[in-house]
Amino acid sequence: MNKMLNLSSNPHIRDEVTTSEIMRDVVIAMIPTTLYGIIQWGFNAALVVILTVAFAVLSEYAYEKFMKMTITIGDWSAAVTGLILALNCPPDIPVWIPCVGAVFAIIVIKMLYGGLGKNWMNPALGARCFLLISFAGKMTGWTVVGPDAMSGATPLAFMKAGGDMAKVDLMNLFLGRIPGTIGEVSKLCLLIGAAYLIIKKVISPKIPCIYIATVAVFTLLFGGHGFDINYVLCEILGGGLIFGAFFMATDYVTSPITPKGQIVYAIILGVMTGLFRLFGGSAEGVSYAIILTNIIVPVINLKTIPKAFGREDEK
Amino acid sequence: MNNKYLERIYNGIIKENPTFILMLGMCPTLATTTSAFNAIGMGLSTTAVLMFSNMVISGLRNIIPNRVRLPGEIVVIASLVTIVQLLMQAYTPAVYESLGIYIPLIVVNCIILGRAEAYALFNTPVLSFCDGLGMGIGFTLALTVLGSVRELIGKGAIFGFQLIPEEFSIGIFALAPGAFIVLAFLAAIQNKLKLPSATNGGEEVPEFVTSGDLLGAFNKIEEAPASEVKKEA
Repeated sequence: MNKMLNLSSNPHIRDEVTTSEIMRDVVIAMIPTTLYGIIQWGFNAALVVILTVAFAVLSEYAYEKFMKMTITIGDWSAAVTGLILALNCPPDIPVWIPCVGAVFAIIVIKMLYGGLGKNWMNPALGARCFLLISFAGKMTGWTVVGPDAMSGATPLAFMKAGGDMAKVDLMNLFLGRIPGTIGEVSKLCLLIGAAYLIIKKVISPKIPCIYIATVAVFTLLFGGHGFDINYVLCEILGGGLIFGAFFMATDYVTSPITPKGQIVYAIILGVMTGLFRLFGGSAEGVSYAIILTNIIVPVINLKTIPKAFGREDEK
Repeated sequence: MNNKYLERIYNGIIKENPTFILMLGMCPTLATTTSAFNAIGMGLSTTAVLMFSNMVISGLRNIIPNRVRLPGEIVVIASLVTIVQLLMQAYTPAVYESLGIYIPLIVVNCIILGRAEAYALFNTPVLSFCDGLGMGIGFTLALTVLGSVRELIGKGAIFGFQLIPEEFSIGIFALAPGAFIVLAFLAAIQNKLKLPSATNGGEEVPEFVTSGDLLGAFNKIEEAPASEVKKEA
């Protein structure tokens, strides 16, 4: 593929990094949180992870075989989609539901638009929202963990219902002893994975940091709790914000490529998440914020093209 | 039966199918196809209005001044819709209840105004009636297929008969996003099958059309390209 497109005259820099290496790094970065989820919730969570990844890879293979395209399952991107989708599901979900989601993510959201690099929406998140609308009850049935941990609703739902802030233990939120989806709960494991990606230069910390900061400022201003750091930390650690910011908002295909555009994108993400969480119907808003902002990424790219060197003065 | 009249009906069902080829009347198409039953109700009531509005407008085409033809057409269509609405309320209250606001909204269905503008204003009443009938059948068939698929995936049933247990149905297909997804898939299948239509040139005729069945019979009488509006008046 790369040799075929080798048509340049200038000494363009050629990197040895390939798509499959990047995607493999993303999978490696998600291993800690996956393991934590499986250990915390047991057999069904493991089954969900394995089957969702398998269905994602198989449906990409089947589609490409059927349409007589080049088989691209070797680039790991289908596995990443499947894994992110599995980590976005509640642990007690019937396993066939995320499998349907995986097929939808790959076939409808990714392959019908032309495959990797041409999909305008993050496939895993698109499929999560597809499942969320279709199986609202099953997708938000949270499992209670441990005797000393918070029970019933997720921390965000607990706070949205006007629960007592003093009962929220930030350490539980950070370590993951809270109800939530398989992969979003342990912020420690997620940050370990994110640090790995940043060190390997797979992702830049720019989008996630601005995104999280915007959410923090937004909830501080409009949360109705005054200047309460505890509340803001609960908003940041309580739901899928860390997972979404580091692993889903940074998706190469569906995030802007211009430096300025990435800042605009991250700020819009933060504002949307804050709006959905504080003023929307449900307690969590990260996935809807990301897929809705994905739609305007082409416009952001177009409006933030950097000026060519030496042409700064031209209007 | 003259060939011209059959050709109009075939044109409405296959060649210029209002839903899959012309992409007209998307609002009722997407909104009322939550179940096959609703879809058929919507399709048939639109067909009734379409046939008679085409016929009446065609009959009045030399009387209505060109400048006020749109208000004139709308008056005819709105009167017919009111008749259909009152008849449905009297004889099929169940369908009337489930379609609700979408029955009066047939007035602004762009298939009806579109056919009046594009066909009935230039052709004889009988031909226009057949055009309305063809378009109506095409619309009804398309809506029924769309409604059946959505009901089957979204609720696990067709015409209310439960085929798949309710818990295995994928609810989004009974909602608005599912309507767009299913419509896109059906239009794609239609394009893939390359039925001779206005959008794909009608050049490639698949095997089954020439194998002596109904479609084949229709195909032989097809004369002019669909894009040409015949001006006989």
